[in-house]
Amino acid sequence: MPETTTSAPPAPEREKLTKKAITADHPTWCPGCGDFAVLASFYKVLEKKQLDHEKIVTLAGIGCSSRFPYFVNGHGAHFIHGRAVPLASGISLARPDLHVFLFGGDGDGFSIGGNHLNHGARKNINMTYFIMDNFVYGLTKKQTSPTSPIGFKSKTDPTGAIDQPVNPMKQLISAGATFIARTHATQVKHMMEMIERAFDHQGFSVIECLSECVEFYPDVFDPADPRKGGSFDVIQEKKWDNTPEDELRHDVTDELAAYKLAQLPFPGVFGVFYQNDRPTKNALEKKWIESTREKTGNASDLEILQKTFDRMK
Amino acid sequence: MSETPVQPGNGDSGGAPTGATTATSGDVPQVPDASLPSAEGAARTTTAALQPASPPSAGAARTAPAASQSTSTPASERADLRPENIQDAVIRLAGNSQDGIQTAGAFLARLAGRSDHDVMTYMTIPATISGGPSIFQVRIGSGEVLSAGDEADFLVAFYQHSYQDHIDFLKEGGVLLYDSDNVEPNFDDKRFVYVGVPITGLTIEALGGTAKDKGKNIFVLGLISKIFSLDVDKLKKIISEKFAGKDQSIVNTAMMAFQAGYAYPVGKVLTHQYRFEHLPKTTGRAQITMDGNQALAYGLIAGGVRYGAGYPITPWSSVMEALRRELPKYGGIFVQAEDELASVSLALGFSYSGYLAVTGSAGPGISLKTEAIGWASMAEIPLIICNIQRGGPSTGLPTNVEQSDLHQAIYGGHGDSPRVVLAAASVEDCFYIAIEAARIARKYSTPVFILSDTSLATRIEAFDEPDLSKLMVDPKPDLSPRQTFKPYPVDAITQHIPPGTRILDGKYPLLSGLEHDEMGHPTGSPKLHMVMTAKRRNKLRKLAEEIPVPEIYGRYICATSIHCPTAWKKSSPSSNGSSPWR
Ligand SMILES: Cc1ncc(C[n+]2csc(CCOP(=O)(O)OP(=O)(O)O)c2C)c(N)n1
Ligand code: SF4
Ligand SMILES: [Mg+2]
Repeated sequence: MPETTTSAPPAPEREKLTKKAITADHPTWCPGCGDFAVLASFYKVLEKKQLDHEKIVTLAGIGCSSRFPYFVNGHGAHFIHGRAVPLASGISLARPDLHVFLFGGDGDGFSIGGNHLNHGARKNINMTYFIMDNFVYGLTKKQTSPTSPIGFKSKTDPTGAIDQPVNPMKQLISAGATFIARTHATQVKHMMEMIERAFDHQGFSVIECLSECVEFYPDVFDPADPRKGGSFDVIQEKKWDNTPEDELRHDVTDELAAYKLAQLPFPGVFGVFYQNDRPTKNALEKKWIESTREKTGNASDLEILQKTFDRMK
Repeated sequence: MSETPVQPGNGDSGGAPTGATTATSGDVPQVPDASLPSAEGAARTTTAALQPASPPSAGAARTAPAASQSTSTPASERADLRPENIQDAVIRLAGNSQDGIQTAGAFLARLAGRSDHDVMTYMTIPATISGGPSIFQVRIGSGEVLSAGDEADFLVAFYQHSYQDHIDFLKEGGVLLYDSDNVEPNFDDKRFVYVGVPITGLTIEALGGTAKDKGKNIFVLGLISKIFSLDVDKLKKIISEKFAGKDQSIVNTAMMAFQAGYAYPVGKVLTHQYRFEHLPKTTGRAQITMDGNQALAYGLIAGGVRYGAGYPITPWSSVMEALRRELPKYGGIFVQAEDELASVSLALGFSYSGYLAVTGSAGPGISLKTEAIGWASMAEIPLIICNIQRGGPSTGLPTNVEQSDLHQAIYGGHGDSPRVVLAAASVEDCFYIAIEAARIARKYSTPVFILSDTSLATRIEAFDEPDLSKLMVDPKPDLSPRQTFKPYPVDAITQHIPPGTRILDGKYPLLSGLEHDEMGHPTGSPKLHMVMTAKRRNKLRKLAEEIPVPEIYGRYICATSIHCPTAWKKSSPSSNGSSPWR
């Protein structure tokens, strides 16, 4: 990467990164919206990780959930509907020093941005992508979303949705994402664990979080909320301890096993479905830059261009 | 890395002779029967198409070639065989793209560049994938060359279809050099000078069996060198540079083909030979020879652009290919994205992170980028968007030239979304305009369009070597901490700070596509919307005060003139009748 200049007035000592420091506008979400819990968990993870404040970058497309960056005091951008993955890719590739967090909804991620999701995953671009899946279009007020189940009555399907929904886990596995997890906005501890693990992973990390839209699709996630009589089934990951119990546990590097978990009927299971250490595009591009620079004898920009022009005389 | 355009689908080897050869070097082809029409037929030529430096003595220079052959004076001593000084010639090579006519034409262009001549080329891209009929036209001039020429002075026809399709583009009195193995001209048409040479046969003969007729292009280059008294040593050097790094046998084969063409006694069938007048350049700088897309790519690099993203489309692809290859040398990255929506978004991500970035396309892809370019206007992000125009609307005429996207560039966004639109006037201008675009994008934190087109993208021109030491921009972003920061101050031009910059008062900026306040936070206030709309427009007013009045080429005819806050710099010389299309 071209170097960055960091000269200039000496900065004072850092204070501890507190929730207060990273809190911005009060969220415009409806009271009771699942997204509040996501925001609270995110603050907590940031506090726990004590990242450098200026290196936190939050990005989003368009939707209720995509308002997220306005509620985090940090560098960030509120982009256009569905295109936040490539925006984040540019930032991630040019600036490996930054922590790139991306937030969005099911429509933003699986419908209008579906192809970007696939290619971000395939290229394994380093970022942490949190999808708040409410099975509906919230911001535009109750249209069918790509994850709406068949039969869901929306303004665009008054007699019930008829199209087969996307299975987010299956799509992400086949697209090649290298960290894929599923969580639930009412399960804050689990959610935080998933955010932390996704953050620690080098590569394209995606968390699908069931996050209820109390306004347009209330109660849909109760079957996975123990407090509402449901059951929150967490994936038991292999401990590699050679015990008979371990035989039954899930190997997160096993793509086919992950795919089988993704087949389970709603509400399914939660936790890390898949994780793999495939090299990131960030690393591969860096390697290519280094070998190319070496071939030029690490010449200056001026020398390289001059040499090219000399050949064109 | 190829510096000269190579025909599609034929790899880097261009039309170079590739096959091994068994012929011994120095083989001179046999003198064939002159495939010339009857003396009467050719003698009727009236006006020489090639522009003489000074009016030739009456008749002499225009005598029909065959007619003068009846004399027995040795050729070298005959006044009519001495090269005639010319200042300008349009040479059109018409064949199939797989014959390497682009390569041969590019050699001529580079030679012109190295010989202080001005040059402009024009080529067509065959519509079929595997090659097919195409032309490469080279105009060489001792003075300034402002167009590639509508009509040719000298036409080389490799095939019957080349002859049929292009004979009407030959000026009256012009020379048709044709491959007599493949072409049967209509000698009843008395407007032209006919010079038949069995190009295919002689190339095969010179190179031996396996090369087949590969190398015809270089053979013809030899012929042309003789006819136009070109500097053979320089040309041979250019040829060997092109094939440097390849198998030595390729260079040898090329030299053999060239030698065979050059040694062919063309004087027996064309009494005329020409020589470009040498008017030494006064600038004292060497000339660089390249096409418009190369100039654009290198201009971007000189202007400090180190990141970009794109999706392939003719005729933009060669810019992105060059950047993908070149940028890593400078520590940068060019990403081939999944589509144009992603590529403009990636470029915005690069720009946001502190490295002004480029994206580009032709019409169809620019249409797809439109929404994100509007975001760049609203969020005030510097960005360069290249539109290498082609025929539209829709998929239109993918390989043909048209300049029909001006309105899209200026107005192609919803709402008031000011942007700057620049148009390159020449290949040289492609280089400088890229540097200018980068400067404007940074200074005014705005999207900047660069308009080019198929013709400019593919044509080769020679221009004075830029003084890179004065031009190179160092793109390091400034991450020094700030006490406090407002991304959208109402009373100043926005200058974003890249993420990673510490802000000591702890209030971090947000970049927003929603209408926003000075900190980037959303507002629905009509009053603030007016203030912010004016803020975004006013910076382009500032720019308008700073940029020079456009130079106007040709006649002052325009149906519509556009006056708006959008800066419209330089118009292409399209109204002076120089379009290669009729
Ligand atoms: C190009 C474009 N098309 C459509 C819209 C309108 N739009 C805004 S948000 C949205 C859907 C949001 O749904 P989702 O991503 O699930 O987010 P949620 O509001 O449910 O959190 C739509 C269709 C838009 N802003 N831009
Ligand atoms: S509409 Fe639904 S998703 Fe949007 S804020 Fe309200 S509850 Fe949340
Ligand atoms: Mg939704």
